[in-house]
Amino acid sequence: MIFRVFDKDELKKLFNVMVSANKVIGPVEIGRDRDNKPIYAFNEVKSFDSVRLDYTTTKLPAKRYFLPFKENLATFSLDADDWQKKVDYNIDRPFIFFGLHACDINALNKLDKVLLGSIYPMPYYAAKRENMFIIGLDCTPQPYCFCRSMGADTALHGFDMFITDVGDLYFVEILSDTAFNFLKNIKTAEPVEDDHIQYMKVVSEKNKKFTTHVDTTDLTKILDMEFQSDVWKQWGEQCLACGTCSKVCPTCYCYGVEETIDINLHGAKKTKFLYSCNLIDFAEVAGGHNFRPERHSRLKYRYYHKHRGFVEAYEESLCVGCGRCGEACLAGITVPEVIASVRGEAG
Amino acid sequence: MNDPTPVRTYLGVPLYRPRVAFFEFSSCEGCQLQILNNEATLLDFLSLVEVVNFREAMKERSDDYEIALVEGSITRGDETGRLKKIREKAKVLVALGSCACFGGVNQLKNRFGLDWVKKEVYGDSPIETEYVRPLEDIVKVDLKIFGCPVKKEEVENIIINIAIGKAIVHPKYPICTECKANENICLFDLGEPCLGPITRGGCNSWCPNSRFGCWGCRGPAEDTNIEQMKKIMKEHGFSEDTILDRLECFGGFSSYAQELRKK
Repeated sequence: MIFRVFDKDELKKLFNVMVSANKVIGPVEIGRDRDNKPIYAFNEVKSFDSVRLDYTTTKLPAKRYFLPFKENLATFSLDADDWQKKVDYNIDRPFIFFGLHACDINALNKLDKVLLGSIYPMPYYAAKRENMFIIGLDCTPQPYCFCRSMGADTALHGFDMFITDVGDLYFVEILSDTAFNFLKNIKTAEPVEDDHIQYMKVVSEKNKKFTTHVDTTDLTKILDMEFQSDVWKQWGEQCLACGTCSKVCPTCYCYGVEETIDINLHGAKKTKFLYSCNLIDFAEVAGGHNFRPERHSRLKYRYYHKHRGFVEAYEESLCVGCGRCGEACLAGITVPEVIASVRGEAG
Repeated sequence: MNDPTPVRTYLGVPLYRPRVAFFEFSSCEGCQLQILNNEATLLDFLSLVEVVNFREAMKERSDDYEIALVEGSITRGDETGRLKKIREKAKVLVALGSCACFGGVNQLKNRFGLDWVKKEVYGDSPIETEYVRPLEDIVKVDLKIFGCPVKKEEVENIIINIAIGKAIVHPKYPICTECKANENICLFDLGEPCLGPITRGGCNSWCPNSRFGCWGCRGPAEDTNIEQMKKIMKEHGFSEDTILDRLECFGGFSSYAQELRKK
């Protein structure tokens, strides 16, 4: 592993080098909420000044750049009695992500396991993921963040470089030769012992700021034991079954496919759209039978996928603890509270 | 019914071109306007169906139709008779828009006494008016197309599906599903009320896309959690009147609204 430090002014130069030839996605402020707090999103950025390096959490994850909410899997052109299929992976050039937090990098690593690592990789995802360049950025834990409980508060891989603000300097961890070559464009230095000490101090201070925790000890077993627990029904009564939690989740990848025909009958489309296991017809099958007609059973299965099924398959949770679902849920359903209640620890 | 020559084929298969008639009862006729107001695809639309009756668009009239697209609510006795006649003639009767599906904005008068309503609107020259009813209160409705107004893309998709014989399926989920996919800022975050969490999707979150909270014109989604919605509105500082105003506006939530009013 290679480390470097550089003056804070240099970051703008690095950005300008990158943006001159690439599509750069970064955190920006898109508005203010009713309490005048900034609302952040990952948007394409052209100017360094619009990048909010101090952003907390974006409302929506970056997944729309590699798992769009809606995308055409194929388009068809239809003649009198013949047809042709065209497949487009819907990406013209790789993105640079300028400032992803560790949770969102870990989310990508988890998605890779499912969408790239399986027997049938998803080409639409792979095409967007290929050559994606990621700059990680350290963050300040927010009251809703529980990434540390999910082991997603630091990223071990899945980025090209990771930048940590250590006061007067940026401390950067380099994982790829592309990143190394990019950094040749700015003035960097080998970190000295003082920089290491400063880095460790920053990390240790960050760790003290986590206020929300989830006890994952034996969670797969406990979820099995409490499958019939009444707490699921209580959460189900609160649930709006609106699918917001899945939409704002950086790792929810379930989808539906729809085929439509253009009104001129000369074209057709096969469209994929991200769905949610909380929506009423998620488990409805041909013939009309619905395996999960009740809200609580659908809500429960979302937790079982994240915290049990995925753990058994990959030895890690599918939840990164970013807290977006709890923040976005109008009914106030949060992962830490749901898990605590299943564990019989609800206050 | 006669068998019109198919004008279109799909993958070499000739398509049946149904005879379609448009009708309106008490309404603004805006839903029909939506269909006409789609110049780019209007000719394609007309090639899939043979329109034989469409007062807003053409002079010719025929009573020989298979599909009746009916806009508006029923608010007078003569309308009831006319609707029943349409039902007798049509193989398929489609309720077009919120008025036809739920009574629409017109049904707002239902919570007042008819005498007061007549006096308020017509003063000393009252005319006959009844409580507003959706079409299905009087005749069997085969298909509902929701919205105030209906969304033209949705109507087109339905017509395409009818032409090629594909099932018509409405979204069962609420607007939030589409609103999040459109990457909108949640209106509750902006301090605005919105019925998106309980209203049926399919409009592609039309109003929230313009930062205008949902008023529920498409009626309830399936498995709507109205109790939670009430709590959320309260927590966000909106009065019971605010939620009632929205629930009552188009009639799709009338049973919930009536219950709320009783309390």
